[in-house]
Amino acid sequence: MDQDSLIEISGLRFSRGDRVIFDGIDMAIPRGQISAIMGPSGTGKTTLLRIIGGEVKPDAGEVLVGGYDVCRLSRGELFELRKDIGMLFQSSALFTDMSVFENVAFPLREHTELEESAIRDLVLMKLNAVGLRGARDLMPSELSGGMARRVALARAIALDPALIMYDEPFTGQDPIAMGVLLSLIRRMSQALEITSLLVSHDIHETVSIADNIFLLADGKLIAHGDPQSLREHPAQDVQQFMHGEPDGPVPFHYPSDDYMFDVLGNSV
Amino acid sequence: MTRDYLRRLGIAGLTGFSNLGRATVLWARAMWGLPRWADVGLLTRQMYQVGVQSIMIIVLSAFAIGAVLSLQFYTQLANFGAQDSVGVGLALVLLRELGPVVTGLLFAGRAGSAITAEIGLMKTTEQLSSMAMMGVDPLHRVLAPRLWAGMISLPLLTLIFNAIAIFGGVVVGVHWLGADEGSFWSGMQNAVDIWNDFGKGMIKALVFGVLVSWIAVFQGYDAEPTAAGISAATTRTVVLSSIAILATDFVLTLGMYGNFGS
Ligand SMILES: Nc1ncnc2c1ncn2[C@@H]1O[C@H](COP(=O)(O)OP(=O)(O)OP(=O)(O)O)[C@@H](O)[C@H]1O
Ligand SMILES: [Mg+2]
Repeated sequence: MDQDSLIEISGLRFSRGDRVIFDGIDMAIPRGQISAIMGPSGTGKTTLLRIIGGEVKPDAGEVLVGGYDVCRLSRGELFELRKDIGMLFQSSALFTDMSVFENVAFPLREHTELEESAIRDLVLMKLNAVGLRGARDLMPSELSGGMARRVALARAIALDPALIMYDEPFTGQDPIAMGVLLSLIRRMSQALEITSLLVSHDIHETVSIADNIFLLADGKLIAHGDPQSLREHPAQDVQQFMHGEPDGPVPFHYPSDDYMFDVLGNSV
Repeated sequence: MTRDYLRRLGIAGLTGFSNLGRATVLWARAMWGLPRWADVGLLTRQMYQVGVQSIMIIVLSAFAIGAVLSLQFYTQLANFGAQDSVGVGLALVLLRELGPVVTGLLFAGRAGSAITAEIGLMKTTEQLSSMAMMGVDPLHRVLAPRLWAGMISLPLLTLIFNAIAIFGGVVVGVHWLGADEGSFWSGMQNAVDIWNDFGKGMIKALVFGVLVSWIAVFQGYDAEPTAAGISAATTRTVVLSSIAILATDFVLTLGMYGNFGS
C-alpha cells in the first residue's frame, strides 16, 4: 500500500448460508479522508461495516484496522479498539429507554471521567451540530426517522473517534438537513482529520463529498478511485451505476427465477 | 421412520447441550464484570424493575395461599382435635417448600418474561449491537445487572411471601375459624428451626433466583430478532423456568431433607 491507510482489507470472503456475499475483496481505506462504499442494495455494504467493526467474523481474509487484525483480537481488545470507532447504524439504534440527551451522553459517560458540566457542554455541542439541541429532552419514540438518524450521528461522533462509519446517513433527510450533514462530515474530516467511511445510495451527495469511492457488486470490488475517475470509468457496469440506469450488466433484482415462470407458476 | 425419529432426537439433544454450553459461557462472562461500584446505579434500577415491581403479585398470591392452606389444615387437623397446631404445619410447608417455589414461579412469570422481552427487543432494534460497537460490552452493561438483580430479589421476595402467607393463615385460622392464637404462635416457634427450615428455604430461593434470571437473560439474548422470535423466547422463559424450579426443588429437597427411604 503506497498510501497511509487506516483500514486494510485483503482476501475477504464471507457467505451467509449458500449466498456468497464477498468473494475475495481487497481494499485500503486512506487515513483522514472520506471514502464512500457504494453498490446495489443487498451487496453487503452494511455487512462490510460490521466486519470492519469486528461484529461479524469473515470466513477468510484479513481486516486490519489501525494495524490490528480485528478477527484475531480478544473480546477485551476488540472493545478497546471500538472506543476509537464511531458507527451510525442504518436503523439508528438509539437506546429507547434514554432521552436524546442521555443517548448522546452515553459514550462520554462510559468512556471518560468528565465532569457532568463538561458532558453537558459536549452533548449540547454535538446536538447543536446536527440541529437538534432543542430536542434534547425528547425520547427516541418521539422523534421522526430523520431526526433519530441525526441523534444517532451526534452519538457516533460524541467521542471524536478516529474512524466514523456512516451507514446511509442521508436517508430521510430534508434538503436543508442534508446540506448540514454534508458540511458536518466534511468539516470533521478536514478539521479533526477523522477518517470517514460512508455508505450511501445518494450518488450526487456522495460524489460531492467523497475523496474515494469503492464500488461493490456481486461480491467483488468492481472499481475504486476518486469520483471523477469513476465517472469516466470505461467499464459498462460502473457507468450504469454511476448514472443510475436500470438496464445494464448490474441486475436490479435479487437473484430469482424467471419472472414469467414465477408469476404463472405451474400453469405453464 | 424410526431412524428419522432418532435423528431428530439426536439433533434436539445436541442443540440442547450446545445451548446449555453457550448459556453457561454467557452467564460466567456476564457475572465476571460485576459488581463494580460504577454499576450500583444500574443494579438498583434493575432491582426496582425486577424486584419491587413484583411485590404486588407476590403479596396478593401469598395472602391467598396462606389463607387457603390454613383452611385446609384446620379442617383436617380438627378431625383429630389438633386444630391449634395449624401454625406449625403452615410455617413448615411455607418455609421449606411453597415459599421459594411459588415465589419462583410467580417471579418467572412476572419478571423473567419481562427481562426476556426487553433484552430481545433491544437485540431486535440493534441497541445491543450499537452498544457493543461503542465499545461498551452489553454483557456487563445490560445482562449482568439483571442477573444480579434476579439473584438478590428472589430471596427477598420469598421473605415477603412467607410473612404475608403466614399472616393470611392467621387471619383465616385464628381470627375466622378460631384456632387458639397463643398455641398457633408458640407451636410455630417451637417447631421451626432457623437453619433447617428457614435457612434451607432461603438457599432454595437463591438457587431459583439464579436459575430464573439466567434463563430469562439467555433467552432474550439468544432470541431470534423478530416479533415472533421474541414472543417464542418469552414463552420459553416461563416454561423452562417453571420446569427448572420444580425439578431443582425436588433434587434440593432430596439433598437437604434426605434419608426418606431409611
Ligand atoms: N442476518 C442475516 N442473515 C442472513 N442473511 C443476511 C443477514 N443480514 C444480511 N443478510 C444478507 O446479506 C446480504 C447483504 O446484506 P447487507 O445488509 O450488508 O446489504 P447492503 O449492501 O447494506 O444493502 P442496503 O443497501 O439495502 O442496505 C443481503 O443479501 C442479505 O440478504
Ligand atoms: Mg445496508
